[in-house]
Amino acid sequence: MAFVNPKKKEVQVKIVYYGPGRGGKTTNLEYVYDKFSSRIKTEMVTIKTHGDRTLFFDFLPFDIGKVNGYDVKIQLYTVPGQVKYNATRRLVLRGVDGMVFVADAMAVRREKNILSLKNLQENLANYKRSIFKVPMVLQYNKVDLAEQGIPILPVETLEQDLNSKLKTASFPASALMGTNVVATLKKIISLTMASIVKDLK
Amino acid sequence: MSYTLGQEQLDGIENVLQQDLIDIGVSCVFLIDMAGNIIANRDNGESQHDVYSLAALAAGNFGAVSAMAKIIGEGEFSLLFHKGVKENIHFNKIVSDFLMITIFSNDISLGFLRLKVNEAVEKIKTALGAIEVP
Repeated sequence: MAFVNPKKKEVQVKIVYYGPGRGGKTTNLEYVYDKFSSRIKTEMVTIKTHGDRTLFFDFLPFDIGKVNGYDVKIQLYTVPGQVKYNATRRLVLRGVDGMVFVADAMAVRREKNILSLKNLQENLANYKRSIFKVPMVLQYNKVDLAEQGIPILPVETLEQDLNSKLKTASFPASALMGTNVVATLKKIISLTMASIVKDLK
Repeated sequence: MSYTLGQEQLDGIENVLQQDLIDIGVSCVFLIDMAGNIIANRDNGESQHDVYSLAALAAGNFGAVSAMAKIIGEGEFSLLFHKGVKENIHFNKIVSDFLMITIFSNDISLGFLRLKVNEAVEKIKTALGAIEVP
């Protein structure tokens, strides 16, 4: 849950990137870190395996300026996507304010996206949170791979699989190229801030 | 959804951190919630630590250790301590939703630190009152 500090006039907001393994969650954060390096005063924290896979989480804090006179500190986290790391994934979700679900648009990953979204729903339920109530944005990553002849799921299929009940904003994207990475981030920040702005008096 | 503490509560907590810990020679202390948010922090003016990253990692670390405790049949390990060459970190849980993290050099003995931390924790519990993180 976002913590509002009336003394420092500051609010800390936690946004978590979720999704199947090798889907591009860390790549999203790396792009943001690179793009906004002038605004980010600290180094991105990553806890990964020797094989460069996320083991626990990545963490990237940055300031977006003031809302209602409060300094807003956005804290971006990723979870490890691999199925076996569910215990650590659940820990990262604690106190989440907003979510980006990074789906892998490659046709071969269709099932993994659906399972990961279901896993997110279960893990949120563990904290008595509903997937339908936490602000969320979907990102269909790797759409650029179509140019290389790799079979990509049509957006309509991804929408049908993942967004038919959530009915939230979604972006076809390429985290590697940076396409729609910032648009995704802006959307989740605005949805998340809308959900807590009433508390900033 | 969000939660907050009042100005007086925050003043009270910062006073405890300053008087009970920083003034005895602790280099940096911060109170965080289990989501990794910083509630209050104080330092001796010399430490240049990135407290936001430390808070995120500390919450994750404590969460991981709690999960390990449950697997071996312990409710929880309420105290954690990491020893370094020059600096050490001490974690102490405060009620169910908060953690106090203290960074201190070898100039302070662990026993003395634990004593002072326990005193501070009791005062902070009183300052927090019956707050529940949603």
